Amino acid sequence: MQISEAWLREYVNPAITTEQLVEQLTMAGLEVDSVTPAAAAFSGVVVGEVVAMQPHPDADRLRVCQVAVGEAEPLQIVCGASNVRVGLRIPAALIGAILPGDFKIKKSKLRGEESFGMLCSEKELGLAADANGLMELAADAPVGVDIRDYLSLNDNIIEVDLTPNRADCLSVEGIAREVAALNKMDWSATQVETAAVSHTDTLTVSVKATDACPRYLGRLIKGVNPKAETPLWMQERLRRSGVRSLSAVVDVTNYMLIELGQPLHAFDAAKLSGNINVRYAQTDESVALLNGQTIKLDNETLIIADDKQTLALAGVMGGSESAVTDETQDVFLECAFFTPQSIAGKARNYGLHTDSSHRFERGVDPTLQERAIERATQLIIDIAGGSVGAITEVTTASTLPQRSTVLLRKLRLEKTLGIAVENEQVVDIFQRLGMKVQTQPDGWSVTPPGCRFDIAIEADLIEEIARIVGYNKLPNSSLLMRSELGKASEAVLDLDRVKDLLVDRGYQEAITYSFVDEEIQKAVAPDDDLIRLKNPISADLSVMRTTLWCGLLKAALHNTNRQQNRVRFFESGLRFVNKDGNMQQQKMLSGLALGSAYSEQWGVTTRQVDFFDVKADVQAMIALTGADVQFIPAKHPALHPGQTAEILSQQGEKIGWLGMLHPTSEKRLGFDTQVFLFELDQELLLNKQIPKFKPLSKYPSVRRDIALIVKEEIAVSEIVNCIKDCAEPALQDIVIFDIYRGKGVEEGSKSVALSLMIQDFSQTLTDSGIDAIFSRLLETLTTKISAKLRD
Amino acid sequence: MSATLEEILAQALHQLRDAQDLNQLDLVRVHYLGKKGLFTLQMKELGALDPEQRRTAGQVINQAKDQFQQQLEAKKDLLQNAALEARLASEGIDVTLPGRGQAVAGLHPVTTTLRRISKIFAGVGFQVVEGPEIEDDYHNFEALNIPSSHPARAMHDTFYFDAHTVLRTHTSPVQIRVMESEKPPMKVIAPGRVYRCDSDITHTPMFHQVEGFLVDTDVSFADLKGVVYEFLRAFFEKDIQVRFRPSYFPFTEPSAEVDIECVMCGGKGCRVCSHTGWLEVMGCGMIHPEVFKAVNIDSEIYSGFAFGMGVERLAMLRYGINDLRLFFENDLKFLEQFN
Repeated sequence: MQISEAWLREYVNPAITTEQLVEQLTMAGLEVDSVTPAAAAFSGVVVGEVVAMQPHPDADRLRVCQVAVGEAEPLQIVCGASNVRVGLRIPAALIGAILPGDFKIKKSKLRGEESFGMLCSEKELGLAADANGLMELAADAPVGVDIRDYLSLNDNIIEVDLTPNRADCLSVEGIAREVAALNKMDWSATQVETAAVSHTDTLTVSVKATDACPRYLGRLIKGVNPKAETPLWMQERLRRSGVRSLSAVVDVTNYMLIELGQPLHAFDAAKLSGNINVRYAQTDESVALLNGQTIKLDNETLIIADDKQTLALAGVMGGSESAVTDETQDVFLECAFFTPQSIAGKARNYGLHTDSSHRFERGVDPTLQERAIERATQLIIDIAGGSVGAITEVTTASTLPQRSTVLLRKLRLEKTLGIAVENEQVVDIFQRLGMKVQTQPDGWSVTPPGCRFDIAIEADLIEEIARIVGYNKLPNSSLLMRSELGKASEAVLDLDRVKDLLVDRGYQEAITYSFVDEEIQKAVAPDDDLIRLKNPISADLSVMRTTLWCGLLKAALHNTNRQQNRVRFFESGLRFVNKDGNMQQQKMLSGLALGSAYSEQWGVTTRQVDFFDVKADVQAMIALTGADVQFIPAKHPALHPGQTAEILSQQGEKIGWLGMLHPTSEKRLGFDTQVFLFELDQELLLNKQIPKFKPLSKYPSVRRDIALIVKEEIAVSEIVNCIKDCAEPALQDIVIFDIYRGKGVEEGSKSVALSLMIQDFSQTLTDSGIDAIFSRLLETLTTKISAKLRD
Repeated sequence: MSATLEEILAQALHQLRDAQDLNQLDLVRVHYLGKKGLFTLQMKELGALDPEQRRTAGQVINQAKDQFQQQLEAKKDLLQNAALEARLASEGIDVTLPGRGQAVAGLHPVTTTLRRISKIFAGVGFQVVEGPEIEDDYHNFEALNIPSSHPARAMHDTFYFDAHTVLRTHTSPVQIRVMESEKPPMKVIAPGRVYRCDSDITHTPMFHQVEGFLVDTDVSFADLKGVVYEFLRAFFEKDIQVRFRPSYFPFTEPSAEVDIECVMCGGKGCRVCSHTGWLEVMGCGMIHPEVFKAVNIDSEIYSGFAFGMGVERLAMLRYGINDLRLFFENDLKFLEQFN
């Protein structure tokens, strides 16, 4: 909402500067977005009148004019505009004038003829972007008066960003009411006289949708002058309100919208046939709108129709067929109250947003229509003449919004704001805001005015008091709240700890979009059932990720494309999978590593990161929880079939995946290096074992190394599990310290060197005791996995 | 005999002087003091003397031996020191070379900011709660007093999956979820991702918010102001100016926007604050009675406040970041600045 400061100050003119006024509005909840001068800075321009004119002796297009500027003698000014003529009043820039753009007017000679100034167009004064000739002023414009005063150009355009609850401030009068209340000043609304009826023609109005249109006023004005010019003052006020001047009748309706907040619509009465009907559209009924668009309507859309055709989208936009044109002489003026519910969302559904729909869906004062139609009538006949018909009114009292009385309890007000407010102050604030107040023993009963759609409960009244008193004048209190002891769960590991571990191990945290490119998604997880956005912002952000790898791969590419040859990322967030029609949201922790294992440094041979580097990082995270997990060779569509492990908990729950990006995807996505990925289910990962103490053994431990030869296909984990399954009580730890293939080991087999730590809790182990343990272990290893002791 | 002893001593001392290193020195020691050493042999020869002579001669030998031993120790110290010096000299390194190993990376600035916010509130007993990102219309809008026709819906450019399922447009639905399942008093902050169908220089379709709310008996607007005021000062570690402006959110009444004095120009006015000297940093208000009604909390007994802030916005102000979109490009050159 944008308004002229000067216009506002005609209603209420507090002795404060523009800056103070703007601050006051902002701090009352009417946030001012910008303040701009109504006209660019210029000086030395007065109203002039061309009193005589001669052709220029040496230039066909120039005229030598004598211009009266309120001084003893007229000035000679040379002018090239086509519309210059004797008797015309125009803005005249005198010698010494400074026009917008710091353009100084000096005495000059144009092809030998002296010129003592310049006659100006709207463009030259910075009032319009384009101009066709001189700016023509009214015939009664006072010659010699500074043009800035004459056009009230020393004004500011104040743009207020209103919240949707403050429909009452979508007009100059509405803001005036607010400014008056803030400054404790009186103001009065524009006085409107009832127009004298001078013809008897009316149109019958039939309102079928009484729930959506509780009040409809119509009036025929006949014989208006279609060529009438909108007066300059109105054009200027409309311009400063951001509305373009179109024609006198349309300008008046727009002027009402800005002045009173009441949208009106003018139909060309000659194009109407029969009655005016206010009803819901029939399915598939369509209407051609003023903006050139033709839309198909649904049966929840309120329309205005005559007996033959659809005329307008009620409260949103008129139709092109029945629009006022520059030939219209008979006007049917509509001034209605459509309920917010009937208009809300309708314009948006059709991709429209108009000043009218903006006001109706937020709430137009339902008591305003008569005043608005009378005011509009008066302005139309003042500007364009015409004879006035009687108002046809259809009001359904039962569907008109009723303002109910709201009780504000003194105690509640104090409790909510933390201070007591004097009775007189409360009453004064409410009255200035146009509310009816009655002081009650324990508070006030308040009835809001028709324009306030946002006052329905006690809290609304409390906000009004707080707002006018000023939020910053209300107290601040320190936290006077019950304290409780904090919680410190040990069964769930804090995700922050895991993130810190990854950071310490060289992984940079990334945050990527939750919606991704379907192509990457399909490349990485072709089998997942996708959740698709109905209205994605773009095609590459159209499906919800089923794995965080999508975003991490994209982020990695962003960096490899920028000369980063080593990337390590992790991300924590949700993945989204459609499972049997349910949208599942699962917290994951994922990572990516590519490039060298360590950043380039002296004294270390550079090598590429491999599976086991990343596995160590994954194991380190799991170690924080104390859990025992299994890495099982497995297949995943995104990963290299020979370098993929599925991670299972002791109970067999699927914690996640670890592996190398499949070379096909690697190439398809545009990487030129191997990429390693992991993704873990946070809920399972963060399950923490609460440590349980075991007594320490007093007896020395013994380390024994063995080398076993097994078939290549036997995984090392099988050997370790086989040993663990023997459940030797003295066996404390197993370390794999070498894998050997080659000389001395048969082709297709490998040698696995293990060291076993053995310690008993009740005795020092003897050599024979240890030998016994080893022979039992070996026997099992031989039977179960055909392991042989290497000589 | 004594002449011989003198000769031995002279020779021994001479050899000590000549010894070049600890090995040679040890050979000298053994040569004179070892089991078959020259001084040892001298002592052994004393056995052939009578007791009187033995004592005198013994004293002489011992004196010579002591003298040798003293010199030996001195020489040993000398050589040990020399050896240490030599070792230290040879082991010198260029300590200006960088250390080796895995370099430490860092957290995303959004996470760092979220952690600081959580820490400030955890100090006074706020609990951190998370909620789903795919939300139903009820929790995201209806229960927050935003019915389907409400103009405020236009303020939320919502991503839809179907008519009733959306990507949450704010973290406020967590407020509903917590109030549905718990009883007052409650003090909660809810950080997380939120989504709006909007993308330009100052908007990304995904960003982060922190919702905070407190419900108890006798919670006032003054408490809200106090908490917000103290939080902002704690967050910016500065006694900044804070102001509250009336505003509108369907789920709070009274509602306020909170501005802080521009941290870029100190309130003098600059490009970042559009020359107003103020920066909008959060919205807040007293929880609306309709919201309490939706979760069956009696607003006659309980009252509460809620606030919501944009995490990227706070991070941008804190660290002077000038482009929102950088947060989600994940360029290492950007991220590493916050390590």
